Amino acid sequence: MTMIQDRPMAASANRETMTMATAVNRALGDAMADDDTVLVFGEDVGALGGVFRVTDGLTARFGERRCFDTPLAEAGIMGMAVGMAMNGMRPVVEMQFDAFAYPAFEQVVSHVAKMGNRTRGRVRMPIVIRIPYGGGIGGVEHHCDSSESYYVHTPGLLVVAPATPQDAYSLLRSAIRSPDPVVFLEPKKLYWAKGEVDTSLEVPIGAAHVIRAGTDATLIAYGTSVPIALAAADAAEEEGRSLQVVDLRSLTPYDDATVDAAVRSTGRAVVIAEAPGFASVSSEIAARVSERCFSWLEAPVRRVTGFDIPFAPPKLERYYLPDVDRVLDAVDTLNWDA
Amino acid sequence: MAANSNDFSVPTVQLLAPDGTFAPNEAAEEFVPYFERLTDADHERFYREMVVIRRFDREAANLQRQGQLALWVPSHGQEAAQVGSAFATRPQDHIFPSYREHVVGKMRGLDVVDVLRMLKGLTLGGWVPEENGNFHLYTLVLASQTLHATGYAMGMQFDGATATGDPERDEAVIVYFGDGASSQGDASEALVFAASYQTPQVFFLQNNGWAISVPASRQSRTPFALRGHGFGMRSNRIDGNDVFASYAVTAKHLDDARAGRGPALIEAMTYRVGAHTTADDPTKYRLDADLADWVAKDPIVRLKAYLENRGVAQSFLDDVEQEAADFASDARKRALEVVAPDQDVIFDNVYAEANATLVEERAWFEAYEASFEEAQS
Repeated sequence: MTMIQDRPMAASANRETMTMATAVNRALGDAMADDDTVLVFGEDVGALGGVFRVTDGLTARFGERRCFDTPLAEAGIMGMAVGMAMNGMRPVVEMQFDAFAYPAFEQVVSHVAKMGNRTRGRVRMPIVIRIPYGGGIGGVEHHCDSSESYYVHTPGLLVVAPATPQDAYSLLRSAIRSPDPVVFLEPKKLYWAKGEVDTSLEVPIGAAHVIRAGTDATLIAYGTSVPIALAAADAAEEEGRSLQVVDLRSLTPYDDATVDAAVRSTGRAVVIAEAPGFASVSSEIAARVSERCFSWLEAPVRRVTGFDIPFAPPKLERYYLPDVDRVLDAVDTLNWDA
Repeated sequence: MAANSNDFSVPTVQLLAPDGTFAPNEAAEEFVPYFERLTDADHERFYREMVVIRRFDREAANLQRQGQLALWVPSHGQEAAQVGSAFATRPQDHIFPSYREHVVGKMRGLDVVDVLRMLKGLTLGGWVPEENGNFHLYTLVLASQTLHATGYAMGMQFDGATATGDPERDEAVIVYFGDGASSQGDASEALVFAASYQTPQVFFLQNNGWAISVPASRQSRTPFALRGHGFGMRSNRIDGNDVFASYAVTAKHLDDARAGRGPALIEAMTYRVGAHTTADDPTKYRLDADLADWVAKDPIVRLKAYLENRGVAQSFLDDVEQEAADFASDARKRALEVVAPDQDVIFDNVYAEANATLVEERAWFEAYEASFEEAQS
């Protein structure tokens, strides 16, 4: 797997190599140490430390008041978080898996997302909803969904999907500080990928960035699809094509400015996302790029996404998931003879 | 109740008989000391609140019929359940209503015109709880608020704002929901979480017989009060048209909650005399005889008889009638005066911090709207 190491980073005593799971754990611990109102709760997050060990050690360090197990009921967890946020807490809740968050959907859409608006800004919902998401880990059914489109379609929510340990750390810190509710999508298949983390580095929500320079076409990716985009760019380079890669990092707010500038610099774009493509984040990006960069485009915007089917069984998931070859295949169609 | 029996009956706490006689039944014994906290002035306050809100309720329904409101949600018949329980709260408590508890809001300091403004179609939500006696927003998605109440109560525990032994300071939560809402998963989850964490909280279930057109028997084979025991909390069924029972039982359970003795469930047996909303026609699904039975148990008639038996002055009753008429006419007048906010208010407060997508959409909308003004000038 290609790791992102090309970002210039100032030398710092805070730099350390760690997995994304550890980076999330570190961010939770640091946020809890900084702010007594930050509470972590969910299913199995206490003694066990979470099924992915992301909350490991937090109960031991901060006590059961600050990090605790709940009854097994996602709507209950989310509704309780709403009440706690009303009372001045900053809940960071864990939905154990993407598809396990659906029972909480009503609380998220009708209450978490709208309370600030319904109280004219007086009762904010500084809640972070952590959701391990996506496939690529051979998970059984209902454990591999890319559910971001449901959340980005709900005004009032912020939605982020980091692809590196650094962004996981820094974006989670930003999310916990945010006065708005944040759906924090953690790519399961990248939990154990390592990268360097500078805990002093701030990454604001809503800022995409170019993670690989290129001149011929732009690959737009987020979360699980970022390593695929980078690997595709490596492969294309061997074939003599220079592909630029944009990591969105935040889906809401969406960073039009960075994406538009990138696409205008190359004149070609491919959007890569693991979720089913129909009426999705990838279709929104394609629409926006087409509307805003039409005069710069040499070819229609292409999308490489999951099929519009239920996520495939574990032994068949490779047929569902976008991969390097599909990306290169899409790049090949970008009207190169024009 | 015997094991494996089909007898699911529970006693109903009643202090005031339908004819207005003060006659606490056996189930009411433990609650009489709470009733005894009340003064004659409190009894009169109960009467005043009930009469005033019923008159207001009628005025609001008229406003809807006259096209001034998009919708009205009547509370006729449920005044005793609401007034008694609301009076049992303390200033530091938090109230999570469903959407029919107009008098509870009023007693906590909410301007009823804020409710009318929302039902006039001009606002979402509509008020700030902390400026209105901690009376939280109406929740039209049934039972969602039960969980918010439980979370809020957990926050009280976290803050050490409850169970310190000082009832003047210790906080508690009361949440209103209904027989229909009780079937929602959120209601059960709230009861599970409340029992699990022993939150300082009272679940006040107004069983008004009907969830729009569906009778309470479709929601539950057992009295709702029995469910509380299943979740592991103290529970009582009360005569919801007896304002003293509503006050005394709520006062006890709120006091216990404040003192760290955990949550409780109250099922108040009452009746939705009016329609579910002004969009509903109860004659399609309800029997006249059923309605007549409940009208005979009217909570206001009952309390009036009690007050008259105790020699209340006619001038007091007359004053209350006048106050009710004045309140309703003032609400009507001010409701008519409410004007629509500026059109671009719809972009406000979606997020706390500027969102580039919304900034762009709003700028487009303002320029688009302005283009018509330029064309006209």
